[in-house]
Amino acid sequence: MEMPAPDARILSRKSRIVARLAAALPKAAVIHDEAELRAYECDALTAYRCPPLAVVLPASTEEVAAALKICHEEGVPVVPRGSGTSLAGGALPTADSVILGVARMTQVLETDYENRFIRVQTGRTNLSVTGAVEQEDFFYAPDPSSQLACAIAGNIAMNSGGAHCLKYGVTTNNLLGVTMVTMAGEVLEIGGAHLDAGGYDLLGVICGSEGQLGVVTEATLRILRKPEGARPVLIGYDSSEVAGACVSDIIKAGILPVAIEFMDRPCIEATEAFAKAGYPMCEALLIVEVEGSPAEIDEQLALIKQIAQAHNPVELREAQSEDEAKRIWLGRKSAFGAMGQINDYMCLDGTIPVSSLPYVLKRIGEMSKEYGLGVANVFHAGDGNMHPLILFDANKQGDLELCEAFGADILKLCVEVGGCLTGEHGVGIEKRDLMSVQFAPEDLEAQMRVKDVFDPDWLLNPAKVFPLATSQARRDGDIAA
Amino acid sequence: MLTPADEKELSEIVAGATGPLRVKGGGTRAIGRAIVGEVVSVAGLRGVELYKPGALTIVARAGTPLAEVEAVLAAEGQRLPFEPMDHRVLLGTKGEPSIGGVVAANVSGPRRIQAGAARDSLIGLRFVDGRGTVIKNGGRVMKNVTGYDLVKLMAGSWGTLGILSEVAFKVLPAPAAAACLSLTGLSHDRAVAAMSAALGSPFEVNGAAHLPQTGQTLLRIEGFATSVAYRAERLADLLAPFGPAAVNHDGAAVAAIWRDLRDVAGFAGRTGDVWRLSVKPSDAPALAARIGGEVIFDLGGGLIWALVAEGTDLRARLGDFAGHATLIRADAATRARIASFQPEPAPLAAIAARLRAQFDPRGILNPGLMTG
Repeated sequence: MEMPAPDARILSRKSRIVARLAAALPKAAVIHDEAELRAYECDALTAYRCPPLAVVLPASTEEVAAALKICHEEGVPVVPRGSGTSLAGGALPTADSVILGVARMTQVLETDYENRFIRVQTGRTNLSVTGAVEQEDFFYAPDPSSQLACAIAGNIAMNSGGAHCLKYGVTTNNLLGVTMVTMAGEVLEIGGAHLDAGGYDLLGVICGSEGQLGVVTEATLRILRKPEGARPVLIGYDSSEVAGACVSDIIKAGILPVAIEFMDRPCIEATEAFAKAGYPMCEALLIVEVEGSPAEIDEQLALIKQIAQAHNPVELREAQSEDEAKRIWLGRKSAFGAMGQINDYMCLDGTIPVSSLPYVLKRIGEMSKEYGLGVANVFHAGDGNMHPLILFDANKQGDLELCEAFGADILKLCVEVGGCLTGEHGVGIEKRDLMSVQFAPEDLEAQMRVKDVFDPDWLLNPAKVFPLATSQARRDGDIAA
Repeated sequence: MLTPADEKELSEIVAGATGPLRVKGGGTRAIGRAIVGEVVSVAGLRGVELYKPGALTIVARAGTPLAEVEAVLAAEGQRLPFEPMDHRVLLGTKGEPSIGGVVAANVSGPRRIQAGAARDSLIGLRFVDGRGTVIKNGGRVMKNVTGYDLVKLMAGSWGTLGILSEVAFKVLPAPAAAACLSLTGLSHDRAVAAMSAALGSPFEVNGAAHLPQTGQTLLRIEGFATSVAYRAERLADLLAPFGPAAVNHDGAAVAAIWRDLRDVAGFAGRTGDVWRLSVKPSDAPALAARIGGEVIFDLGGGLIWALVAEGTDLRARLGDFAGHATLIRADAATRARIASFQPEPAPLAAIAARLRAQFDPRGILNPGLMTG
């Protein structure tokens, strides 16, 4: 993976840039010591590392604006960072960039149950947003699996999803307003406690823009009342094709489960060895969860079980207690950890039309043999969001490159069947150079024009999302926006 | 009127245009300042291209009548989640609403409070920008963060950034049953409090409106029959402090009540201008008092429909408030004098202008519609 060469003119001005930042921000908010900068050299895509020029950790919107204004005047690229949990390299710096982290901005600014929203600083973690409202039985719906650590800022940047978005939507469907600072240091207030934009839906385009349009410092988020209860059922099949047909039939029957998760045999085997959740050994395992009162759950699960039975499952197990429900989820929730115990892995998140599932799994299996690398599949089956985990050995020469080539082939396959490169992790650097597989040049041009509007100098997270060659003229300042 | 037969012809028309174009879907939403320009109708771009009930997705050309899309979905027991309003009732317009028009105006209805607006269900689109270039964004899968979300940007842009040629939606199962609870005689304050209590309950209320005209506060629940019965009962218990709730379980009657609410039938054919205000629900009662005309609350108070004397500049009357007001129905003279869309703060207006300059550099697509 290539990154642009650092600008020597910026590197040579490091002390001046750091001095200006230090004069504008509290002392502890500016990091420039080489040892300390190491902590910011990568995010969760750890294969790529590069310490930044400096790191700033502002505590308020005003401090963010001050830092951005200085970087703008100095022509220094800025890489925004939430908690650094990006799997796509969204927070990977270059040597000539300043990392702007929101980790110190974690306050709850306003909680309003009557109008069902919470306003927070965006360094707050996803789970602690729910933590702030759960005493009143409310929750914040998007639940990426990194929710213990990931920040709302990163959730907004990547438009994060989670296991429950079939019913509750993703970040963009739960975001009501933002305070955003532009690269020039201008503070914008967009949206609020009311619904829908008056003019263009700027909120909609900011969400998922991977920190390239501005730094979101505060967010107004929709909160929901918790359901009365939830209960999962576990269904095992001896072929992924049948499991896929079962998912389709459940949806066609008018049931909208809150989650439908899918695991294939390699994944079941790994998680069983690790978490011992008591899963049946089969080709395809579904976890289907529904919500409501006990009677409502009974009614929906009865329907789901009837549909599942029609497809001759090898196992059909309904949770009879809270404890059994936890055990059913245990394996799924520890799947990534389990795979990590066995191997290094790369996790992709291409999305496909649900109807293409059997074909895509078959092809992934064939490619796995061709590449000589194992792959396990976990999958949000209700919405087609795959999570193939490609196993490789980071210490083996050439294995990472092989793994990346395999990953690229899987993502091309996703696009080929009518899907997309990424369902919830974002493009970052990881899928940057595959964008031209999914988009024609004019499609990418239209997206880059939006960046021209918000960040005409292309200083915010510039080497992400768009293939380097495609964005080069803009990054070099050759196109006047 | 130009009526391209397909996307390619549409793109050629825009590329070759020498003056302003007035973009036309079904022609039923005559909102905003009258646009002078050659009419380009997307009526020729018609038909459902792909529908996968098992994947909850549908793709249709922009000129497809909304009724056709809804009929195709209904045949499989599914529907558009956002309950788009039919503006013909309120505006007295003729014609067939198109699915592209629904997107261009980001039209939704009472279910918006739970299921989101048109933009929330929209998962992909194709459009022709002001240069005549065909651009696609999003796709046909419901989870997609690949590149910027121009899908949302185009929804509600009223044809000023591009002309839609194709739209794709996530759809939902239509419920088997519905119930409507009604409380009577509540003040605006108490009505909003009751609706907040209902919407903050676990009973998945997906409609919450207050009609001072009849003194009714209405709440809707949809789902499986036994579930609806259970939830209606529990909700009535929860709302006991607001008085006894009458529960209507007649599906056809419930549908009719909410169709009228969706279409603001209460203000249809009445003298006066109609405004639509998007506000924080708890601000609604105080705003209603300042409006000085008849109001209907939808979305739990988050949407105020106001009927005021013809020619009233409601924004001038209200002064600053959090949210926005759109002039939906007025005569041409009033629409020429008062901005239909809420003027934005300078920094956001500047961004909007730069977006227009990027997507429509010649300024030929519905020029001035959202700014005049």
